Amino acid sequence: MRWLRDPLLIVEGLTMRFGGLTAVRDLSFSVGRGDITSLIGPNGAGKTTVFNCITGFYKPTSGLIVLSTDGPIEPAAVAALTDSSHRYVIRDNSTRSGLFLLERMPDFEIAKRARVARTFQNIRLFSGMTVLENLIVAQHNPLMHASGWSLLGLFGADSYKAAQAAAVDVARYWLDRIGLMHRADDAAGALPYGDQRRLEIARAMCTDPVLLCLDEPAAGLNPRESLALNELLRTIRDEHATSILLIEHDMSVVMEISDHVIVLEYGVKISDGTPQTVKSDPKVIAAYLGVEDDEVAEAEAEVGL
Amino acid sequence: MTSGSQGGLPPASHSMQAILKDAAIWALVTLGLCFPIIAFRTDRDLSLQTSLEPRPWLVLFAVLAVFVGRLLWRLYAHPKRPKRVLFPPLDLSEHHKAYAPRIGLGLLLLFPFITLLITGQGGAIKWIDNFGVQILIYIMLAWGLNIVVGLAGLLDLGYVAFYAVGAYTYAIIATYVIPATIPALGPWAFWICLPLAGVLAAFWGILLGFPVLRLRGDYLAIVTLAFGEIIRLVLINWVALTNGNAGIQTPRITFFGLPFTSRTGETTFADVISLPGTSAVHRSVFLYYVILALALLVAFVTQRMRRLPIGRAWEALREDEIACRSLGINTVNTKLTAFAMGAMFGGLAGAFFGARQGFVNPRSFEFMESATILAIVVLGGMGSLFGVAVAAVVVIGGIELLRELDWLKAIFGPSFDPAQYRMLIFGLAMVLVMIWRPRGLIASREPSITLNEDAKAISGAHVQEGHG
Repeated sequence: MRWLRDPLLIVEGLTMRFGGLTAVRDLSFSVGRGDITSLIGPNGAGKTTVFNCITGFYKPTSGLIVLSTDGPIEPAAVAALTDSSHRYVIRDNSTRSGLFLLERMPDFEIAKRARVARTFQNIRLFSGMTVLENLIVAQHNPLMHASGWSLLGLFGADSYKAAQAAAVDVARYWLDRIGLMHRADDAAGALPYGDQRRLEIARAMCTDPVLLCLDEPAAGLNPRESLALNELLRTIRDEHATSILLIEHDMSVVMEISDHVIVLEYGVKISDGTPQTVKSDPKVIAAYLGVEDDEVAEAEAEVGL
Repeated sequence: MTSGSQGGLPPASHSMQAILKDAAIWALVTLGLCFPIIAFRTDRDLSLQTSLEPRPWLVLFAVLAVFVGRLLWRLYAHPKRPKRVLFPPLDLSEHHKAYAPRIGLGLLLLFPFITLLITGQGGAIKWIDNFGVQILIYIMLAWGLNIVVGLAGLLDLGYVAFYAVGAYTYAIIATYVIPATIPALGPWAFWICLPLAGVLAAFWGILLGFPVLRLRGDYLAIVTLAFGEIIRLVLINWVALTNGNAGIQTPRITFFGLPFTSRTGETTFADVISLPGTSAVHRSVFLYYVILALALLVAFVTQRMRRLPIGRAWEALREDEIACRSLGINTVNTKLTAFAMGAMFGGLAGAFFGARQGFVNPRSFEFMESATILAIVVLGGMGSLFGVAVAAVVVIGGIELLRELDWLKAIFGPSFDPAQYRMLIFGLAMVLVMIWRPRGLIASREPSITLNEDAKAISGAHVQEGHG
């Protein structure tokens, strides 16, 4: 129950409307620091919409999305920030950590300052750039700083060369982790599907995130690749102080690695808890498998059919 | 070779009847196309009455030429040739990769002297100025536009606007502002205006960038096109500042303060440094080296930028803008810097153009110029400096060479002017090149950083073209 004791992210009363369609309705949940949290639900339940709201690609119609990168989320601090006109407060300059109101921040700033990284349901790699370049582009902001916003870099300053070498080392580490060292100089678009999925996760990790949002990372993977993915996600959680929020349909992945599962149906949360609790929740079973015949009869009797 | 003779078309289409039918269809299409283009010649007589002069023999000649050509093609060329080997890919990623640009650079540096040796003083000016300087201006413009279109993937159809801003910056400051304020700086006008033109053009680039940030693809192209037209129309109509269509007579370029010719008896370049040749040749050679230096500056900055985070962000933007944002890249700033850099180089080229021509007017900055520069970038292979340079030589050199085709008059009669057909031939050549090399002359992309020494170039098939 770490998500209640020490939440990294709190979503409160999130509603997202597209014209007349309410994709997400009054959704509240929290993500525990250091947990792997899964967001599951049938197709069209609003999972990707929640992701897009958290990562700033959609502006929510209403609701609060709070992320704290330095210790627990205190209601007083949140209230103070909400009343101010600021989008975030940096409370520790050395680690760039603080309190962030994600619903107020534009997408790139969420990635840059709140350190929330994400992947996409349909892979979005820079396919014409090499695998290595993909991982270097992900380290854009620190490199931009080191290159003196391009001015120092243009004149070939040593500080930039050193920063780039460090960035290559980070890329090397992740290439080793995802087993793609031998393909570092190949076009990302030339990789097989499973490798592209892993590369997208590695690229997101190169931004040094506190929260990694994965949109169906196991989609299209074979069972062996699924196992490797589980291994990779556990490594990220255990060795990198990065919490993971993932959308997944593959129940073997969800039940195997999740610490916390949230179930959505028609934009509403129907269950929330450990994998065991969720697995035995009748509402979840009904949403996924349908209900027993006698229950249908009962329901029909109730509405008078 | 066996696959070519065995596979391919079914036997039926090889029969003489089918081939004749095919050639007849081609001839018919030619006839249809000829009717509006060459079947009639419009003439105006002295009373300004337009009269139509039919030219049946010319039409007959064209139709017969296509018929026979198609027949021969089907009979001899087509069945034996496997598809698309006419131009094997220029694989510059192998051993000649290192040499091609170096040889090109050496030729560029020696070009004025080679021409002087071959043609002597008299003919040299034409070759150095009309060919060398002209082509280098377009190389520089195309390299500048390459940053916006080739690297950042933002389709810009109004690039000539920045060229105009640069040219008019020079014209107005050098002609009016400097003589009115500090006349002593007169001889240095070009060198003072050059950075100013770059800064002003970059400013206009950012100004254009802001409203189009949210636009993509076709919409971006239309707005940039409109921007180019607005600048041109302002130049025509703001007569008080630009003198409208009449244009501005500008001071000629000086050798770091020393004029090449002087009517008022100042010390000239020839008085100080005694070199063989006339002052006109001196000026042409000097202009050549100035524009060469400017173009090489663009190439150097572009190559450096590609290895900096900003350059990688430009290319990432071309590949996938949404992924860029998810990685914390500020796409607004990234787009604006691309527009500003491209515009700045356009402005520098414009200032040079003003100083070289000695005259600027809005006619030099029409949409056709933007289209030509964009055609060079696309033809060269978007993103490749070497490919773009080769394309500029082919396109601009080719257009200029058509002026030289006087011997064609022997075939088509004394009234035939090959220069009038320049655009037709240019268009045809573009269509053919795009059929054979749809991704430009150099279709591969060099990685900006590699882990291994022997890394290969990336095939164009994976590289995105950008969506604006």
